[in-house]
Amino acid sequence: MNLWRDIKGTFQPFWVTLRYLFKRPVTISYPEQKRTPPPRYRARMILTRDPEGEERCVACHLCSAACPVDCISMQAAEREDGRRQAAWFRINFARCIYCGLCAEACPTMAIQMSPEYELGNRDPLKLVWEKEDLLVDHGGKDPNYHFYRHSGIGVAAPRGGNDDELPPVNIKTNLP
Amino acid sequence: MNDLLLTGLLILIKLGMVLAVLLSMAAYLVLAERKILGRMQRRYGPNRVGFGGMLQPLADLIKLLTKEDFIPAQADKWLFMLAPGLAAVTALLAFAVVPFAPPLEIFGRQLPMVVCDLNVGILYFFGLSSLAVYGVALGGWASNSKYALLGALRAMGQMLSYELAMGLSIVPVILMARSFSLTEIVQAQASLPFALCNPVAFGIFFISALAESKRTPFDLPEAENELVAGYHTEYSGMRFGLFFVGEYLNLVVLGAIITSLFLGGWHGPLLPPIVWFLGKVLAVAFVFIWIRGTLPRLRYDQLMAFGWKILVPLALVNLLVTGGVLLWLGGAS
Ligand code: SF4
Ligand code: SF4
Repeated sequence: MNLWRDIKGTFQPFWVTLRYLFKRPVTISYPEQKRTPPPRYRARMILTRDPEGEERCVACHLCSAACPVDCISMQAAEREDGRRQAAWFRINFARCIYCGLCAEACPTMAIQMSPEYELGNRDPLKLVWEKEDLLVDHGGKDPNYHFYRHSGIGVAAPRGGNDDELPPVNIKTNLP
Repeated sequence: MNDLLLTGLLILIKLGMVLAVLLSMAAYLVLAERKILGRMQRRYGPNRVGFGGMLQPLADLIKLLTKEDFIPAQADKWLFMLAPGLAAVTALLAFAVVPFAPPLEIFGRQLPMVVCDLNVGILYFFGLSSLAVYGVALGGWASNSKYALLGALRAMGQMLSYELAMGLSIVPVILMARSFSLTEIVQAQASLPFALCNPVAFGIFFISALAESKRTPFDLPEAENELVAGYHTEYSGMRFGLFFVGEYLNLVVLGAIITSLFLGGWHGPLLPPIVWFLGKVLAVAFVFIWIRGTLPRLRYDQLMAFGWKILVPLALVNLLVTGGVLLWLGGAS
């Protein structure tokens, strides 16, 4: 009985491979056919803007601290109206492993992963992207989120001017 | 004098054509193998260079020729450089005795369509296939690397033990054809190919041919997951290319030998003989590729047990039975 099983096991595969020879390959011929990655696909990062069109990034360095391969660097600066911004912001995509930890760490939702995956390049230096290359003019996955409406009190809106904020308390009235 | 010149010229033309056809067949077999294997695994295989990948062998050749020819520091330099040539040349030479068409009538003279019609053609083929072991063994030894050495050892053990079964499976054919010459063996199969008269011998020869050419399921000498690349681990550039081409030349030659010994050579109805011959060789090559796409690799002890405990005894019994039947038939007539 075992012998019969062995013989069957030797010859049955031939029929399988022969059938597969005439099936259509499942290959996607890449440069001609491109698949559309799902919207949450983790490819290159973008720097988004808030609903008012201002840069979301506040140069807090959290993304660069979270990055396991240390490929984000920036210089923090402050604008005249008090908003913090990055003077320059640089991602080295030649080192990035597209893990998405930076996007998770970001408190302002500034840095987000985008599904754009065609970054291949023969010159590694062309893979170092500056802030101008990374900035987009939309809000990415959550277009309504506005960091300065919840935090950074008194910078973008006057004190007490936000929806979920009470007017400042006059500490003198609390005295006994 | 003029006559001699013409004969010489004809022989040269024949040689050139055989060489060209053989080498380009080997090159395109590589492509065919990659494409067929690809399709069996639902991929396309190489399809970028040229028309649907048709120029891939050329691109591979250019790549191999422009790669660095690296010789390891501790290698036995001369043997290391010699071995790949040995592997390719023995395969090429073995084709010399294979008749690929009936004799051609040209300028009022008979031109046999075989490079050299030796009357001991089979023995010559055997001698060369034993010499081919040297290419592998020396290559593995001279590299001075453990993987190459292990691969070469395996190849030697495997090729020597399967050569025995191979030789024993040919004896019935010789008995039936009453000749050592491949041309006469082909002639003897005009009505019925030997694969049908003696399927057991055919099966044994086919399996041993698989083992001789070191192809799956007997590709232990170059088992990638244990030995990196086996006996040619240390080779690079065109020296590796020679091993590679030698392997595929061997495939063509073994296909041609199987065709001549068992499948009736160039005999066949309707179509011209050369087409039959090429078709049969390609069909054998396809089966080889098909087997590679289907069967996994054996273990080494399984390989040896199969060779010594099944194939050799079976071949001996088959030899006895064939001899007995032939004697009985001969006595009856
Ligand atoms: S995706 Fe990962 S590796 Fe790339 S920048 Fe963000 S944290 Fe660093
Ligand atoms: S992108 Fe986000 S985490 Fe990184 S510095 Fe800007 S605000 Fe901070």
